[in-house]
Amino acid sequence: MKKVGIIGVGQSNFVRGYPGSIRELAFEGFKEAMGNAKIQTKDIDASIVASAPEYDKQRSPAGVIAEYLGLIPQPTFYVESVCSSSSTALKVAYSMIMAGLHDVVAVVGFQKMSEISSSESQERMGRGADIQWEAPFGTMMPAYYAMYAQAHMAKYGTTPEDLARIRVKAASYGQINEKAVYRKSVTMDMFSDPESNMSANVAKPLRVGDCCANADGSSCIIVASEEKAKAMHDKPVWILGIGAASEAVNMAGREMLTGLSVGIEAGRQAYKMAGVTAKDIDVAEVHDCFTIAEMMAYENLGFAKPGEGKDLIASKETYKEGSIPVNVDGGLLSKGHPIGATGGSQIRTIVLQLREEAGEMQVKNPEIGLVHNIGGVGLYGNVTILGR
Amino acid sequence: MAKKEVDDRFKKFGTVSFTAITKTNDFIDYLEKGKIMGSRCKECGAVYFPPRSDCSSCLKSSMEWFEVTETGQLLSFSELKYGPVGFEDDLPYIIALLDYGDYKVFGRISGDLSYEDLKVGMMLKPKTNVLPNGQLNYIFSRP
Repeated sequence: MKKVGIIGVGQSNFVRGYPGSIRELAFEGFKEAMGNAKIQTKDIDASIVASAPEYDKQRSPAGVIAEYLGLIPQPTFYVESVCSSSSTALKVAYSMIMAGLHDVVAVVGFQKMSEISSSESQERMGRGADIQWEAPFGTMMPAYYAMYAQAHMAKYGTTPEDLARIRVKAASYGQINEKAVYRKSVTMDMFSDPESNMSANVAKPLRVGDCCANADGSSCIIVASEEKAKAMHDKPVWILGIGAASEAVNMAGREMLTGLSVGIEAGRQAYKMAGVTAKDIDVAEVHDCFTIAEMMAYENLGFAKPGEGKDLIASKETYKEGSIPVNVDGGLLSKGHPIGATGGSQIRTIVLQLREEAGEMQVKNPEIGLVHNIGGVGLYGNVTILGR
Repeated sequence: MAKKEVDDRFKKFGTVSFTAITKTNDFIDYLEKGKIMGSRCKECGAVYFPPRSDCSSCLKSSMEWFEVTETGQLLSFSELKYGPVGFEDDLPYIIALLDYGDYKVFGRISGDLSYEDLKVGMMLKPKTNVLPNGQLNYIFSRP
């Protein structure tokens, strides 16, 4: 089978209140990706733009952004799956290239969460899942994940301290990632200190410290057919496996509350396609929108058995020097989570790792990396496996 | 010409309703009578909560109502310290999920139960509730 390669990756700094428009924000990630792809805009056959539209004022942003990036008259497409929009867009780009429709495709993810006011944002927060049957009870994203945390704690004896360890790890890498929105350290003591904001309850049992940092940001991944990738780049990174899944939007429709079924299913597909298992993964980016989400990802992807995610983090196996380094760029928790840009940023991190260009965050000699990107509360799941 | 009447009963559901028009509007009439109803497909017997007007198992659109009367097992819950716009006066409140085997019911915990009173696995019973603003929902309390 022919392959699809990644020849360029980029992202903006993830920040609070980006001082520019969405097209200018998208340009930042694109510019960095074009810089390391070393190609020209005329070499790109099509673009796919990804964001979560509830944060956009601009209707149908794909055309606006494609024009600003110099990618007209080539076709452009708009793809969304909330927080996993840019991973879904990568899957669409992969499909287009494998189908022979296009040879080089730019996947541009962006989100300017500060585009809307905080009261508009608060209003939208309540409509994150099933608006007919669940939102009228007053649901919020943290509360849904808190219900997963509660169920995980009841079944496996996971504790708030186990979750806090994940945040401490994320912060230790956010400090050394110059693109991260949260650059400060977080200690275990902060979670037991009533004076610290980290210990404040958001949706019990989750606290402020368990929640990711909102941010404005953009990302860009440039993908190419095997032939073009080899001709255009001396270190292309190959897409070895790509899986995706969906789940019931409402909690009442779910069988499992101690893990995300979409993570398991997308992972199963990606492992099978790549012909590898969890043991073969050298470095991973997982969707840690909340600490419990990273804990469940360990178990859903097979890095730990169900209920043993807490042992993996306690023994620091998911740190840079451990057996399976996870989110060594700070993750969504510290690097930040600009919805539509997040998946592309995760892909960028793994590509830089596989090219051994990750600087201070570099893991030793990785050959295979994995990206796990979730949309909504386990509504959409995307797992992508990359190799040198 | 007479103005066409709009059946927007569903706007009465919950503290803030985001849906006014649905084919499952009779759910609201039942709530007003103190009944919480799910739907069952008359063709294949598939059972749904929340209720739906179309069956995803056999693709028929012939449903009958059934009443949720018994206790369900508490699968999980969370107490919110921050709420969306329109829910400020309810805070803090607890959302929860009950298991009935064939289906699950998502809702709010009764105000007379505290976070500390709750434990995953305990049995709770849903009942209809009229909110201070006149809206309708259902809450879970001790059987």
